[in-house]
Amino acid sequence: MKTRKLTIPYIIWMLVFTMIPIVMIGITAFTDKSGNFSLANFQSAFHYSGVFTKSLLIALISTAICLVVAYPLAYMMTRMKKSTQNTVIMLIMIPMWMNFLLRIYAWVILLQKNGPIDSALSMLGIHGTYIGNTAAVIAGMVYEYLPFMVLPIYTVMSKIDNGLIEAAQDLGSNNAAVFGKVVFPLSIPGIISGITMVFVPSASTFLVSQYLGGTDDIMIGDVIDKIFWTDQNTGSAISLVMMVFIFIFLVIMNLFGDEEAIA
Amino acid sequence: MTKKKGGVFTKFYIALILIFLYSPIAVMIITSFNKGKTVVWKGFSLKWYGELFKDKAILGALVNTLTIALLASFFATILGTMAAIGINNFRGKKRAVIQNVSNIPIISPDIVMGVSLMLLFAFLGNIFNFEMGYVTVLISHICFCVPFVVLNVIPRLRRMDQSIYDAALDLGCNQFQAFFKVVIHELMPGIISGFLMSFTYSLDDFIITHFTQGAKFQNLSTEIYAMLRRKIPPTINALSTLLFVTIIIIMIIINVRDRREEKRNSGR
Amino acid sequence: MEKTAKKTVISLRDIFVRFDGEVILNHINLDIREKEFVTILGPSGCGKTTTLRIIGGFVSPDSGDVIFDGEKINDLPPNKRSVNTVFQKYSLFPHLNVFDNVAFGLKLKKVPKDEIKKKVTKMLATVDLKGYEKRSVQKLSGGQQQRVAIARALVCDPEVILLDEPLGALDLKLRKSMQLELKEIQRQTEKTFIYVTHDQEEALTMSDRVVVMNNGSIEQIGTPEDIYNEPVNAFVADFIGEANILNGIMIDDCRVRILGKELECVDKGFGTNTPVDVVIRPEDIQITSPEDGQLTGVVQSSIFKGVHYEMSVMCGKCEIIVQSTKSAEIGSTVGMRVIPFNIQIMNKLLPIQSNTIETTVTYADESAQYFEFELEGETITVKDKYIPKGKRVRVYLPFDALSITGAGDGDLKDVYIESVVYKGEHNEIILESDSRKWLMLSDTDEQVATYVPLYFDFSKASFEILDSAEEKEG
Repeated sequence: MKTRKLTIPYIIWMLVFTMIPIVMIGITAFTDKSGNFSLANFQSAFHYSGVFTKSLLIALISTAICLVVAYPLAYMMTRMKKSTQNTVIMLIMIPMWMNFLLRIYAWVILLQKNGPIDSALSMLGIHGTYIGNTAAVIAGMVYEYLPFMVLPIYTVMSKIDNGLIEAAQDLGSNNAAVFGKVVFPLSIPGIISGITMVFVPSASTFLVSQYLGGTDDIMIGDVIDKIFWTDQNTGSAISLVMMVFIFIFLVIMNLFGDEEAIA
Repeated sequence: MTKKKGGVFTKFYIALILIFLYSPIAVMIITSFNKGKTVVWKGFSLKWYGELFKDKAILGALVNTLTIALLASFFATILGTMAAIGINNFRGKKRAVIQNVSNIPIISPDIVMGVSLMLLFAFLGNIFNFEMGYVTVLISHICFCVPFVVLNVIPRLRRMDQSIYDAALDLGCNQFQAFFKVVIHELMPGIISGFLMSFTYSLDDFIITHFTQGAKFQNLSTEIYAMLRRKIPPTINALSTLLFVTIIIIMIIINVRDRREEKRNSGR
Repeated sequence: MEKTAKKTVISLRDIFVRFDGEVILNHINLDIREKEFVTILGPSGCGKTTTLRIIGGFVSPDSGDVIFDGEKINDLPPNKRSVNTVFQKYSLFPHLNVFDNVAFGLKLKKVPKDEIKKKVTKMLATVDLKGYEKRSVQKLSGGQQQRVAIARALVCDPEVILLDEPLGALDLKLRKSMQLELKEIQRQTEKTFIYVTHDQEEALTMSDRVVVMNNGSIEQIGTPEDIYNEPVNAFVADFIGEANILNGIMIDDCRVRILGKELECVDKGFGTNTPVDVVIRPEDIQITSPEDGQLTGVVQSSIFKGVHYEMSVMCGKCEIIVQSTKSAEIGSTVGMRVIPFNIQIMNKLLPIQSNTIETTVTYADESAQYFEFELEGETITVKDKYIPKGKRVRVYLPFDALSITGAGDGDLKDVYIESVVYKGEHNEIILESDSRKWLMLSDTDEQVATYVPLYFDFSKASFEILDSAEEKEG
């Protein structure tokens, strides 16, 4: 019972370095430079509604691609030998432990003018630019966050009791039915956490678009990064709006998850 | 039977994904041995590696990155382990509240954490007259590391037979002895994975450091960011290659250790 | 008895414990003597483990004293008590091998190394684990882990060893042999053993004295023979061994009426025409010809159990279990005899004729024909009965007007099942709500020490309007 006291340093820490800073964003967003209450920051933030839309769109597309690519991969992995599974998981995780910036930079090298892809395609007579557009941003996002989609889905799937699958087969299900009635419903929690883990950072990051995107591929993270150094109030307002969007997204995901759990 | 049926397609699919994941890295590694400044192959050379080791900025950033990662994960591990033990003794609503709050740094976007901490440090800096730098980055890193330790230790606590703590007391331990002689051994796998997770996240972090680093401090990520802004110096390729090799070595070590542990556990 | 001369090691004086508003131990008094093997026996949730944890120092009582060798040790932490525990799941330290587990306590006491080695080796020999020193405790079987746990507690040379259902996780055969072994270890080491179990057979086999607990109270303390032959009430009789427990009327000293027949017995002092519980052990009933029997009945079933046949005989609506070396034909009518000495008379657990509620009507509706009253903070609605608001009323609910199954939350939400005793015809269930006890009949087996909703069927109730309240109103 006395061990409850051990949380005290942690609670103080979280209060000072997590809760108070977030409250400060709120306060800063609702005040002007001299510290008076103001809604002007949100008016300025409203100018970036186009950026918001584009960011959310890019994040959604990237998340969807990640899901479509990762889900079959996770399913295939669970059907392999345990040792092969471990190897594949390790191979998927290794690039993730590489420095985030270096991974984007690797894409810059790959896609840049006179880079490997450009030269290879030029030899075939195809000329074009492969960097500085939305597609490159999405490719970079998928590259950065794919492992975050694979891991949770794989973890949940690999925990599905083999007895359940055998029971379903025993009761007359074919492979498709086993998948549809057993594997898929049970993997939904993994899908939800995968979507969350990909969507949140891809909606808020600012590096991918800076290096791989064109001039009109500015994302909300870039805006915050650019504005915050000069205008903390507007920056806070934009951050707050972004947090609200992400919060709504998380709530929706959780609702979806709960419903599935009940059904 | 189902395992063989999908064999060829499975292999093809996985190969495709691995190509996607590794080709940029491969190109980077190859480029690092290029004599020329760009990707256009001009012949094999190790000169970028030589230049890398002459680059004081990068080496300084490397030292910063490593010390921050070590210190941050060390403090986060202590704070997080204590917190986990405490949280495990809460029940019901209080516990849910503490656990939800402790998940905030994990679910909230890095940029929000970075920006909010920057506001806090700027505010405190005005009052107490300090500038952002090593210490503020360290504090920020501890912030996002602690939840990972808590998340890793709590399941170990749950799985632990609660009465071994009682048994230690019963045999003459005081509370501290009971923790350090018995309980900690049971929590160790969780503590270690919490520490390792903290360490890797700290190594990799750019965004939060970016906002809390102040004018003079640089870690590897921010240094690379700055380098990429100026021009693309080929030393970066050499650096990436070295980091990649280091990571592979660490991953192999961890993997071997895990498998050994698995074997030990399955032997029970 | 020579045992009574022995010195008292541990005394629990008026111990009261409450967790989350729930009474766990209700003013317990217990003396434990030197070198004795005491078993605390009771169903799960009766407070026996809490009693042990109080002695071990893991729980402090809300009130009352723990006295060890004449000294009050209420606030002494576990590590300062000369008491060691063998835990339910053994709780060996997984990171230490067998030797280091056993040596753990000695090392903390800073005993010299060579002495530790000597003591541990000797102790491992005592528990039959010679040569296991370097083994990992995780690779031992349940029985071996159990022995390590016992050795680890014994090697510290405490005055008292506490054992918390230590054989619970073992299979039946191993459990039987470990019972004998434990008893032997206790005899050899001459320690006081306090053993907690819910297994009555274990308690009877091993103990010098048995403490039977239920619902946070001690029901009976005595030697296994006492407890078996002279249970103080229906709960103990039912919990220890097999028993026919019947409702009876004590007509006068040494005369009891059961199943409509008057029988001779040896018990006195219950008064005249007092309702009592009567216990007759199945092995004490002799099967005779119908003419010679004190009671007669029809044989329902007969199962061969190795040494004897176990028969179920219906006397009217009441089932009586008989153990006999001779079987009787199923469907035949038999007589049964019991010698007076084997008829055990006990006070009723809850001496009531019906459940009565005395209350005031808080709301009534004449046109809809119902009224309401308050009971333990709940509003209870009585349908199809009108009694004006403000009247004092006494409600008599017969035992069969109560039930613990039904729709909704029940009239009372959480009542505690204190005991379930089979009385040949029905289970007699004693329930405890916040302020009182209830008696109900049920044909299903209910789980003791659980919480259930309680429903009243007022169509079976009778009502008596009390005049006094009317006067007050007027």
